[in-house]
Formats: sequence, C-alpha cells, structure tokens
Amino acid sequence: MSARGQRQGSGFGAPQIILTLSIAILVIVVAVPVLLILFNAFWADGVFNIRDVARVLTEPDTYQALLNSVIIACGTTAGSTIIGTFFAWLVTRTDLPWKRFMKGMFLVPFMLPSFIGALAWKMLLSPRAGYINRFFMDTLGLEEPIFNIYSYAGIVAVECMYLFPFVFIQVCGALERMDPTLEESARISGAGLFTITSRITIPLVMPSILSGALLIMLYSMAHFGTVAVLGIENGIFNIPTLIYERIHQSGGSFDSIRTGTVLASVLVVSAAFIIWLQNRILGKGRYQIIAGKSFRPMELKLRGLRMPLLVICIAYIAFTIVLPTTVIFLVGGLKTYGLAFTLENLSLDNYKFILFDHKLTRDAIFNSVTLGLSAALITMFAGVMISYVIVKMKTRGKGILEFLGMLPFSVPGSVIALGVILAWSGKFGINLYNTVWIILVAYIARYMAFSLKANSAALEQVHDSLMEAARACGASMWQTLRDIVLPLVRPGMLAAFFLIFLPSLRELTVSIMLYSPTTRTIGVAIYTLNEDGETVISAALAGVALILIITGQSLINRFTQSSSSSKG
Amino acid sequence: MSYVRLVDVTKRFGAVTAVDRLNLSIAKGECFSLLGPSGCGKTTTLRMLAGFEDLDEGEIHVGERLLSSKKSGYYLPPEKRDFGMVFQAFAVWPHLSVYENVAFPLRIRKTPTPELAKRVNDALLHTNLLDMARRSPADLSGGGKQRVALARALAINPDVMLLDEPLSSLDPHLREEMRFEIKDLQRQYGFSIIYVTHDQAEAMALSDRILVMRLGVVQQVDTPLNVYTRPANKFVFSFIGLSNFLDVEGDGVNFVTSRGALPLPVAPPPELGRGRVCLAGRPSEIEFADTGLPGMVARKSFLGESIDYQIQVGEQNVRVQKGRHSRGPEQGENCHLRFTRPFWYPAE
Amino acid sequence: MATIQLDRVSKAYEGRGVLQDLSLTVEHGECFTLLGPSGCGKTVLLRLIAGFENPDSGSISIGGEVVAAAFGESLPPDRRDLGVVFQDYAVWPHMTVFQNVSYPLKLAGAKEAELRERTQRAVDLVNLSGLEKRLPSELSGGQQQRVALARALAANPSLMLLDEPLSNLDANLREEMRFEIKELQHKLDITIFYVTHDQEVALAISDRIAIMDDKGIISQIGAPLEIYERPANIFVFSFMGLANFMPLRREGATLFVGEGGQVFSGSAPADGDYVLGFRPSDVILSRPGKEAARPGMVAPGFLRGRIKRASFLGAMIDYQVEIDGVFLRTELESHFALDEGLLFAEGEECSVALHNMHWFTREEAAKEGVRI
Repeated sequence: MSARGQRQGSGFGAPQIILTLSIAILVIVVAVPVLLILFNAFWADGVFNIRDVARVLTEPDTYQALLNSVIIACGTTAGSTIIGTFFAWLVTRTDLPWKRFMKGMFLVPFMLPSFIGALAWKMLLSPRAGYINRFFMDTLGLEEPIFNIYSYAGIVAVECMYLFPFVFIQVCGALERMDPTLEESARISGAGLFTITSRITIPLVMPSILSGALLIMLYSMAHFGTVAVLGIENGIFNIPTLIYERIHQSGGSFDSIRTGTVLASVLVVSAAFIIWLQNRILGKGRYQIIAGKSFRPMELKLRGLRMPLLVICIAYIAFTIVLPTTVIFLVGGLKTYGLAFTLENLSLDNYKFILFDHKLTRDAIFNSVTLGLSAALITMFAGVMISYVIVKMKTRGKGILEFLGMLPFSVPGSVIALGVILAWSGKFGINLYNTVWIILVAYIARYMAFSLKANSAALEQVHDSLMEAARACGASMWQTLRDIVLPLVRPGMLAAFFLIFLPSLRELTVSIMLYSPTTRTIGVAIYTLNEDGETVISAALAGVALILIITGQSLINRFTQSSSSSKG
Repeated sequence: MSYVRLVDVTKRFGAVTAVDRLNLSIAKGECFSLLGPSGCGKTTTLRMLAGFEDLDEGEIHVGERLLSSKKSGYYLPPEKRDFGMVFQAFAVWPHLSVYENVAFPLRIRKTPTPELAKRVNDALLHTNLLDMARRSPADLSGGGKQRVALARALAINPDVMLLDEPLSSLDPHLREEMRFEIKDLQRQYGFSIIYVTHDQAEAMALSDRILVMRLGVVQQVDTPLNVYTRPANKFVFSFIGLSNFLDVEGDGVNFVTSRGALPLPVAPPPELGRGRVCLAGRPSEIEFADTGLPGMVARKSFLGESIDYQIQVGEQNVRVQKGRHSRGPEQGENCHLRFTRPFWYPAE
Repeated sequence: MATIQLDRVSKAYEGRGVLQDLSLTVEHGECFTLLGPSGCGKTVLLRLIAGFENPDSGSISIGGEVVAAAFGESLPPDRRDLGVVFQDYAVWPHMTVFQNVSYPLKLAGAKEAELRERTQRAVDLVNLSGLEKRLPSELSGGQQQRVALARALAANPSLMLLDEPLSNLDANLREEMRFEIKELQHKLDITIFYVTHDQEVALAISDRIAIMDDKGIISQIGAPLEIYERPANIFVFSFMGLANFMPLRREGATLFVGEGGQVFSGSAPADGDYVLGFRPSDVILSRPGKEAARPGMVAPGFLRGRIKRASFLGAMIDYQVEIDGVFLRTELESHFALDEGLLFAEGEECSVALHNMHWFTREEAAKEGVRI
C-alpha cells in the first residue's frame, strides 16, 4: 500500500480497529464456546481421546437420543415439505378463493412458539386428560384415547404444524417470481396443466423446496421445546432434551458435561453439514428463472375441486392455528385444569394473578423483556459493524471474519448454551453462571446470525458507488458512514432488532439450560410451571406471551408496510 | 390465399380496449409483423392467437380450424393449437438439457423414438446446436438460449410460428445475426411467421408485410417499402425512423413557418387548404441548398458514418443527417434547407 | 487549471496487470474520452484519477499537484476537488434532489443563503427546476442521471470524471444527454474525463479520444475525425464502427480479390499479402453497365459482385455483397437507392467500387482475429 504521513493514514488506522473489534466479538461470543465444546468432547485429561467419545455415543440412552433426533427431524422435514409445497402451489398457481388471506394465515405459525403449541396439543390430546380424547371416551364410550400425542407421530405432527412455513415461504417466493413464459412455452409445446406442473414447475422450484427442507431439518434436529413437552413423559429424548436432562439432573457433574459436549459436537457437525449442503444447492442449482417484465402467471382452474380444497385449507387453519391458540387462552382462564369450558368455570383471575401478584411470572416477564431489548440492541449494532467489514471493506484479514461470520448460522441453541456454561463458569476468571448476564451472552451468540443476515442484505443494497460519490463530493470516510451508509441501512438494522427482540421473548432452548431461580424467562416459566403441574397458570402466561408476540408482530408489519409504501 | 384469419377480434382489460375490432388475414408462408410502441395491443393480439387470452369479440381461424370464437363460446387451449412460439425472455427450461428441451414437445405428443431423434437432430442441426445437445441451456449465451427456443418451436414442424420480441434481449450485433437465421429457417421449413416487435428496423428487414398498430387500432397494413415511402398518417411517419415536424401556416398559396414567419419554398397539397399545417421530413431527406428554407447550424456532430446537424429554423429545430462524405455547413453558419420528400399532415 | 498528468502508471489486480506504464496528459478545458472495449481497464484508470484506487507505480497529478504516487503520499478522493458521475447514477435514495445536490456544498461549509443559491443554480443548469423536493425513486433514469450531474457540478470542480454515464439510458435519452453534457462543458469551462465503450458517444462528444485496447494499452490519441479517418492500427479501425475486410492475394505483381480471379487495380504500399479495410460508406454500388464514377471519388476500378442479402431498414438499405467469397457490408440511404434505381433484390449482380481504403498486413489482421 501507499500512503505515509498525514495525507492518508495507513498502518493501524480506523479500518483495522473495526476489523479487530469485529473479530474479537465473534471470537468471544461464538468461537470460544464452540471450541470449548469440541475440546471438552475430544480431550480427556489433556490427551486426544476418540475412544471415550465412541463409548459415550454407544451408550443406549445417547444412541437412542441420536436416533430419535434423526427420526423426528426426517419425519418433520418430509411432512412439512409436502404441506408447505402443496399450500404454496395452491395459493400461487390456482384460482382458490381468498388466496391473499390464506397466504397470510399460513405464515402465522412462524410467530407462534412451537412449545406453546405443544402445550396446547398436550391439553387437547394427552392420552388421559386431553380434552379431545376425553370427549371421545366420555361421549362415545371408547376404551382407548383416539390419539396419543406423547409419541413420535405426535411430536412430528406438532413440529410440522409450526415448521412448514419455512418451505411455504421459499416456494411461494420462487413461484411468484418465476417467469411465466417458462410454463407458457410448455403449454404451446402441447403439454397440459398437470404435465407442466410435474415436469416443468416442480423441477424448477426444486432448489427452493430443498433449501426450505434443509432449514427445517436443521431446526428440528436441534429443537428442544416440542420434544421436551411431548416426549419426556413417554421417555422419548432427542439430543437437546437429553443434554438438558443430564446436566439438569446431575447439577453439572463432569460426566454429564462430557456426554453433553459429545452430543453437542454431533449437533455442530450435522448442522455444518446441512449448511454446506444448502449452500451447494443454492450456489449451483439455483436456476435463473426470474423474469423481468411479466404477465400474470397461469392459474390452474380448480373447477370441481375448488370448494373441497377451500374447505381443506380452512379446516387446516382452524385445526392447527385457531384451535390450539383458543385452548391456551381458555385453559388459562380455568380454576383447575380438567374442568369443562363453561362460563362459570372461566375467569380472568389467573391472568391478573400472573401479571400483578405472582412474583415468579412477573420476574419472568421483566427478565424476558429486558434481556430481549438488550440482546436486540447489542446484536443489532455488533451485526451492522461486522457486516460492514464483511460486505464493504477491503482490509486484509477479512477472510477470518468471513469464516467466523458463518459460525453463528451453524450453531444450534442448545450447543450455544452448553458452550456458554463452559466458557463463563469461572474458567477464564469470570463466573456469570446463575446470573442474567450468562443468558444475555448466550442470546447474543444465538441471534447474531439474524443480525448478520439482515444487515448484510441491507448493506449489499448500498452500492459502492453511493459511497464513492460521497467521497468525491468531499466527504471523509466517517462523514460518508454517517450521512450515507447508516441512513441507508437503517431499515436493515430495524429489521434485525425486531427479528431478535420478538423471538427472544419466547426463547426456551437456551434459557432452560442457563436459568437460576431468579433468572427465569417467560419461556422457562411457562415450561417449569407446566412441569410442576401448574397447568392453568402456565397456560395463562403462555396466553400473555402470545398477545405480546402477536401485538409486536403486527406493529412490525404495519411499520414495514408503511416504510416500503412510502419508498414507492 | 389467407391462412390465418382474425375476424373482428376485440380484447378489453377493464375499461381499456387493448385490441379494437381487428381484421387480418395472413397467407401461408408469409412473414407478418405486428409493429407498434409498447401498450399498442400487439402482444395481446399474439397472445390471443396463441390461446393465452380469451377474446371479448370475434373469431380466429387457422386454415380450416376454428381456434377461438366468442360467439359460439369455443376456445381451443394453447396446448392443442400446434403452434411454435418463441418468447422474449428465452423461456428455455434450465433443468433439462438442450436436447431434452427440444424433444419436449415431441415427447408430449408421444412421437416414436426413432422419429423423435430424427426430428430433434434436424432442429438442432438447423439452429447450429448439434454440438451443444448434451449441455445445459444455463451454460449458453443469450443467443444460444434463443436458438434452443427456436429449435424447440421447430421440433413439431409447425405451420405457424409466433415470435414475441424474440431478439430484444440480445445485443445489437447478435440481433442482426439471429434475424438472418430466422429468415433462413423460414425458407427451409416454410412456416408462416407472426412477429411482434417494437423495433421498426427489425420489422422492416424481416417482413413481407407489416401491421402498424397504435392504442389497439390498426394504422396501416402494407409492405415495408410502402410503409416507409407512403405512410398512412402522421403516427406511422413518426414511428418509422427519425422524423422532423415543422409547424407552418399560410393562405393557401404562400406558406411561412409558424413562430418565425420564414418563407417556405414548397406548398402543401390544396386539400389541406389554408391555416396551420404540419410539414414532415426525414433527416436523411433534407438537403443543404443555395436557396430554400433559411436556418442556422446550431449543432454539428460527427458520428462516424454520418454527420448529424441540428438546424435552427426560426424558433423550431430541424434535424438533418448526411453521409460522412458529404460536405455541409459548419456549426454557427447559416444555410438553406430543401425538403426532397416532404409529407404534409393537418396541424394538431 | 485542471490538467491531468499520468506518468508511467501501473496497476494490477490479484497479480493480473491491468495497466502498465501508462502515460497520458489531459489538457485543461478539453473533453477527453477514454474509449475501449469493456474490461480493458479504462474504469480502473478513472478510479485511479478519482483516488478510489492507488497506483502500484507511477504518479498522477491534477493541476500540477501530485495526488498519487506509489510509495508516496496520496490525496484521498474527498480532497481532490473533482466531480464524479457513475454509470448507475449513485444518487442517494434517502435524500431529495435538493439534498443530493447541496451535499457537497454542505460539506464545504457553505452558508445557508449561498448553499441555496448555488444548489438552485446547479439544479437549473441540468433542467430539473421544480423537482427539488422529489426523491430519486420518483424520478426517471434520465432525471436521476441529471441529479448526479448537478451534484457533481455543485461545488464548482474544475475537473469532472464521467464513467459510462449514459449507458443505462435508452437511445433517445442518451442522445439528448450527450448534447447536454457537451453544452455544460462549454458553459462552465471545465475539464471532462469521459470513459465509455460506445464509439458513437465518444465521436460526438469529445475534443480528443484515446483508444485503449483490451490489454490496457493506448493505441491512438487524436481528434474524432482523425481517429475515424486515419486509424493508427487495425484495432482502432475495427473498434470505431462497422468494418469491412477484404483479403488480397498476390501472384507476381498482380493482386487478386480473395481466392477468385478478379484483379484488384490498386497498388499495395509494399510487397506481401494485405487485407484491405474500409467502411460500409466506402463501398459504392452500381448496376452493372451503369458504373458512372461519382464525382469527387477516386475509384480504382469496379469489381463484379452479387447481392447476398438485402435488408430494408427504413431510412437505410443494408446490403451484404459477395465478391469471390469475400463478404462486404454496405448501407445506402433509402431515398438515394430509390432515386438512383439501386434497389437490388437478393441474388442480383452488382458492380462495386471502393475508396478510402486502409492497408493492413495479413499478420496484423490475423493477430486482431479478423476473419479472412
């Protein structure tokens, strides 16, 4: 490089400071915990030890948990992919009535926490106490419950309900942006609508389907909530629930930590593999199917199937969204769990109790809101800085940051929790265990990926020439950042903030591993209250959480709509 | 001998009439262009022919077959019309090889394998794609993709080929080359071409006849030469190539330019009478002369093969283009203009 | 004074040399165009002058002051007193037209009244008056490019760098803007350094043109007419527009066209095999038997050819003529062809005379990839 002296600084200037700071954040928050997990899993007494790893993995319990994770993840992926693709096709390519409304409804499960859904389904379909099972047994005199939710099928069904939007949203996007002449040219070639769908449309959107499916696979493998609520009762553990169980029961003994780190390593490796697979599919297989100008896409006339399919959609929405949500609110209003939903049994007493009188739930709400706000703010600013280095700066050493920036995407929540325990329990002279700070650190690590994604997307929109134009107008680097870059990425930063704040309100996987009696979050409170048999209180708190989340989400929707329409 | 017949074809989108009572007949083996600015209804017409749009009135016939008829509510779906069609954005399927793209229409028709192989090879041969047969179309350039689309349309040996701005996604050099290739293919296969474009030079070069359209209404149907030398109205004149319009006014005998009152050496035909009239001339059909309409060279640009002048005539501007070997006045000099082929239109 | 001087400037990216030992002087007040095929390094040169990149070796000075030298001090772009206009406009989407244009003045610390007045003047200059309060998203492409121009002009720089500013605009607008830029330059007496791959824009706008080949080497610098009529080499000739090439075969002292038996009556500059280069407008078509030499043209004899393709394009008729396996392109003005009876059908015979020929050696032509 050129430049000495006062004209243009080099050596250790502003770019290097930013780069170092960015690397430091990612190393401390993400890299060290992950490395500690791998280290603890493969090193025993200071020597590399693969035999011990194999021993842990072949223990019946751990082996079963691994197998369960795979079974549940595969079932969920298959089910959600079929449901998601079918509904996506239905709302974009057919003349189904009320398509816009349907599309909105199919996205609702995105914001509903799946463990609250699992709670609702437990209330409806647990073998003895579930309202639906009881209804059939009492009124029809059936001997056996009609469906046992404490089963593989039950877990997979509930996960499908909340995860299929991952595929739905990807496939909808691909179908909507697809050049309609790709299908029209098949038609003029003599192909009927069915042939076109199976031989042209579906193959063309296959990369989007697969990429959504892999996201679900990634999520389900490391998913804690649903399995914890529905599986533990019947002895079904997957990797995250087993890690939790072991560490929770033994109070953090060496042996449990060891099992935990080995299992966590398995999660890290499989997550990395899935991410790699997804990048390959997206990088290579993504066809250029997006049109510039276009006409309306072809619409399949459903004719006689129009009404039956409409009924199916409405029934699906009623059954998977309306019913569980209603049950949560209703049970939250009961005096005791198990009573019938009659007017004299229902009141707002539970809601008043958790909001004003019960210290545990009030603390939990306060903790979640403050943790969410702090994590969202910190992660938003850190994310914008790191993304700026990755996307815009031409500094040496950026490669390390690009690699570190990939890490948050492939580290599941339960792994982060375990890594944070290892790193911040006094090992480096700082002991944050049993304080809210350890949860905050874990939240930052967990949500860094969201912030990096939103902020780098926003920064990529800011073309280099916009910044260079400012320099040519006489603006220094800092003035350019202040006047041009920050105003332009503000929408991305806001998006990052909400993408972090809302999910953190309902976070369970990380907090459950890190809470202490005084640092419960909403998710932990709902879960533990339910475990302790306080079903109605737990349901009431879940109801409050749902209201918080839905209000927040609609505020964001309004905000993003108005800002995008004002841009014109 | 008309082969493709459109009778009173009308299409409305809401309150807008996109195509208004269009009557047209196109002969077998003819190359016929629909030309007009965007939104003139040319693409809608083609899409009605293809069967992607219903008709609000009228009928479409090809040969003995009725394709669409509003009156009898008859509507043959696009997949049954046996047309070849090429789209602006190529629309080749990236998940199929070049060979499979071309074979697709034949596979749909359950063509026996030896016959299919022969036809596909034939189409690939004529579009210079034989070497590319196993490749994915995603690896091909824009021109290559468009040739795949052409080969696919050729595979069933259609009587009628519908081309929707097939060259406008290509760069100018390639556009010219492909234009010749399309023309050659037509000679070998003998299909009729119905060609939609907004590029007048392309339409001129390719077509036997051109239909000029504006806001859904036919302006002129004629050979390229006649459209150029005998434009039916001011719109056609202005749409085909560069144009100058000069407002003039007079008493029926002597005419002067409006705003400037410079005397005009030529007079409009008597039927346009007196008052305000519009004089039109193409930049290449105006010459510098010793006498004539006086003007001043406001701008002279050397463009290589031609020299472009902007002449200020009173308060109006006239554009003149001359070949590079011609001698003309310099910037800032005074000059006189002679319209070698003047056209006259009523003032607006 | 904004003279630009580049002294033996080199720049490499990832080990690949883009510019090598390039020296160039742009005089004050001229419109200087750097013309070359895409990827030839012309944008790199502009970015070096702007200060977005630093040279690996050599030095750059603007108005006599060294602004960049390898291993020396380099002046950052914000202190070089220049205006830059980019291909993609680069107007800031979150600022109104007024805010965009006034930004450089604000940075320079202009007083409120002065800032208003000078911004307004710049906005008026590019014919955007009345649109000051609009956001860029409410403007057309041409209007956005005018905002970029006004912004670059606002602080009265003595040097403007324009990087393909017209290539995202449609043909009509491109033509209009090209004249506007030229007029602005005359009005404001500034130096313009213009980078483009479009030879027509370069011919129309420039006082001088530098042609850069795809190896980053400048082939020729000169006035538009000079470049077009007296190209320094075959690259310049073929880059400046539609070019015809006609190989000549030497047998003894006689030159034959292509591989056929027609004798070419001109004389070559020296021994050896040659390829003739000439423009479509240098091909003169006549009907056989009616070859009256046209006044003012020295035609070295007529060749017999055949019309392979005739394309009527409106104002022009484009013919492809074959002479013994050599294909030539020529364009006639339609009215001229009509008046002179030169409307040929495909397959008809014609007589061809050539003039303004450039003689290139076969080796030169082969190196340039000319098909013969």
